[in-house]
Amino acid sequence: MNIIVCGVGGQGVILFSDIIAHLALAAGLDVKKSEVHGMAQRGGSVTSHIRYAPRVHSPLIEDGTADIIVAFEQLEALRYIHFLAPSGVLIYDPLRIEPLPVQIGLVEKMPDDLLNKRIAARAPRRYPVEAFATACNLGNPRVQNTVMLGAVARFLEFPVNLYSRVIKALVKPQFIEQNLQAFAAGSQLIPPPET
Amino acid sequence: MNKQLLSGDEAVARGAWESGCMVAAAYPGTPSTEILETLATYRDVYCEWSVNEKVALEVALGAAVAGVRSLAAMKHVGLNVAADPLFSSAYIGVKAGLVIVTADDPGLHSSQNEQDNRFYGLSAKLPVLCPSDSQEAKEFTKLGFEISEQFDIPVLLRLTTRVAHSSTVVNLEQRVSRAPLGYEKQLHKTTLLPAFARHRHVDLEKRVVRLQQYSETTPINRIELNDFKLGIICDGVAYHYAREVFPNASFLKLGMVHPFPAKLALDFADRVEEIVVIEEVDPFIELHIRALGLKVKGKDVLPRTGELNPGIIRAALTKNTPRPAPEDDIPNRPPALCPGCPHLGIFYSLQKQKVIISGDIGCYTLGALPPHSAMDTCIDMGASITFAHGADKALNNADPRPRVAIIGDSTFFHSGITGIVNTVYNRSNVITIITDNRTTGMTGHQNHPGTGKTLMGEETKTIDIAQLCRACGIENVIQVDPYNLKETRKVVHKTLAEKQPAVIISRRPCALLVGKQGQAKAVNKEKCIGCRTCLTLGCPAISFADDKAVIIATSCVGCGMCTAICPKGAIE
Repeated sequence: MNIIVCGVGGQGVILFSDIIAHLALAAGLDVKKSEVHGMAQRGGSVTSHIRYAPRVHSPLIEDGTADIIVAFEQLEALRYIHFLAPSGVLIYDPLRIEPLPVQIGLVEKMPDDLLNKRIAARAPRRYPVEAFATACNLGNPRVQNTVMLGAVARFLEFPVNLYSRVIKALVKPQFIEQNLQAFAAGSQLIPPPET
Repeated sequence: MNKQLLSGDEAVARGAWESGCMVAAAYPGTPSTEILETLATYRDVYCEWSVNEKVALEVALGAAVAGVRSLAAMKHVGLNVAADPLFSSAYIGVKAGLVIVTADDPGLHSSQNEQDNRFYGLSAKLPVLCPSDSQEAKEFTKLGFEISEQFDIPVLLRLTTRVAHSSTVVNLEQRVSRAPLGYEKQLHKTTLLPAFARHRHVDLEKRVVRLQQYSETTPINRIELNDFKLGIICDGVAYHYAREVFPNASFLKLGMVHPFPAKLALDFADRVEEIVVIEEVDPFIELHIRALGLKVKGKDVLPRTGELNPGIIRAALTKNTPRPAPEDDIPNRPPALCPGCPHLGIFYSLQKQKVIISGDIGCYTLGALPPHSAMDTCIDMGASITFAHGADKALNNADPRPRVAIIGDSTFFHSGITGIVNTVYNRSNVITIITDNRTTGMTGHQNHPGTGKTLMGEETKTIDIAQLCRACGIENVIQVDPYNLKETRKVVHKTLAEKQPAVIISRRPCALLVGKQGQAKAVNKEKCIGCRTCLTLGCPAISFADDKAVIIATSCVGCGMCTAICPKGAIE
């Protein structure tokens, strides 16, 4: 399984990826997860590659071979769309966060309909998931990532009880309850996968 | 067996701990920072943030010669700072094992260059180990201590970003404690007077010959025979990329690239029809293969710049399977200073000033980008002050623009102090702005000599930057609060006009350490005239839509800087 997770620095891409990687480990699989820290995380574009199988070599996913892309923001969904396999699924938050050069008027904003069209053209199987809005309704925008996880879980084969076990292991104790709620809310956001 | 997912950095720390390492020192630097952060959580290893990499290596060397296993860690460019003790350490050797970790950054994810530190091994005559994943990062760390002791030499462990920051499965083992060997004076060995050092050089060359023999037979340099048509020689993470693209090829996988196992390479060449070297950045292995007179494919088809990945290797070496191309014309998302970042205040005060600004290494380097565009140079740690000094000597009165150096607090302790002393001693009119956010920000908030806390969480003396600058001979040292924009602006403009040596300390803790400071601000649409003044602050929480400013409530930390600069009082 090849999963690309992308978003904007601060959105919780790294924790999300940690959880997926630990799920795979707990399921007894070989797993590699790769991301970049440092300067890139200061509000920049953040991506993580997760691969799991009985044996994994490259920590990086090749273009056109991602089974799933999880995007926490729409521009980032388009930025990494070339990783998607022809049969792959894009799960994305329709949220938009404009890059600073757009905010301050140096670069023109990409119109919503154009962005939607370009995403649609390259991702026939796609599911918008309003994770950020749901997280805000739950009272904490920071749980956007676990809402997303709830939605993405529909496409993964891990047993349900494993999720809560891994969330409890990786999230700070005072936020566990909130994150479990967010996970439950996320799992309601998309229909079960077509068979 | 206990299996865990560890990053390469965490695995090095685990390996050091399991090896009975007793002393570890580092200066934070991406992608190496997490090594010491992790090792410090194992309470039975003394760990410190040294003030710079040269100090860190000397500390670890001192500990190794004094009889305990020791480790120094740094990013690739940190090894340039530590190069002086590095070369000497090969001469004097060790008593207990010494592993020096260099984390290279192909692709420049968070660095000023992508130098290949395998060449340091060649040049300083040190063994170089290159792990390909976290399991090997742990194993090679442990092996590094053994090689170091067996051959009386420090060992260079070379990670790259993809090894340091990828998490892979690692088998955990227990720590084997080792009794300290104690210190004994060995004047001829550890005192590099020319007369002694000549002998040490002869001895070093002998050790290198023995290491060469080791390299030929060590199991970490291994041949994996498969299809004879294609033989791939590789090290580090490139091995896994190559295995992905060529599952049926034969491999010579090198874990130890220096001294180079020449006989093993010749043996491998005999068994395959074609040799391809797949390695990141420079042709280090390829040079050695070519020196053996072998025909080889390598950097003639593979890039010398940037990281490799399976796609690049596939495109370069196979009948090009067409792969989907990235979309173009997507607005870039460069990293930016954070909402409420204190640096925003100091850059705001420098706007529209005719100055030459030499920058330094840290978050504040982002001030080079719009809307601030407040930086002319960024070269290496500490170069802001010394560069400004040189420019001042070159320009004298020919150019009226003040020479301003901008340097962070941690960088100032790392290598800014010598620069300040030099400006005073050699009489230049450099104005140094120290952006003191009370932490090492970019690498994720590490303590330093100005924070009053050590890596192991102990209270310690806080070194006062203002006092230090005065002691260095700067008479005009002024401290400002960058959130107080009016006062900061006044001080900066006055100091620039005076063109005298001065240090301005812009002091305010990093916004990420402080968190929410108050209610998120909001724009009063009635009062906002759409003048865009607030956008010049460069705060990522301020956007613009329908000719009015918009505060992104979920990003805003409520610092109030924008409220202060809005000419219409529209941000409340």
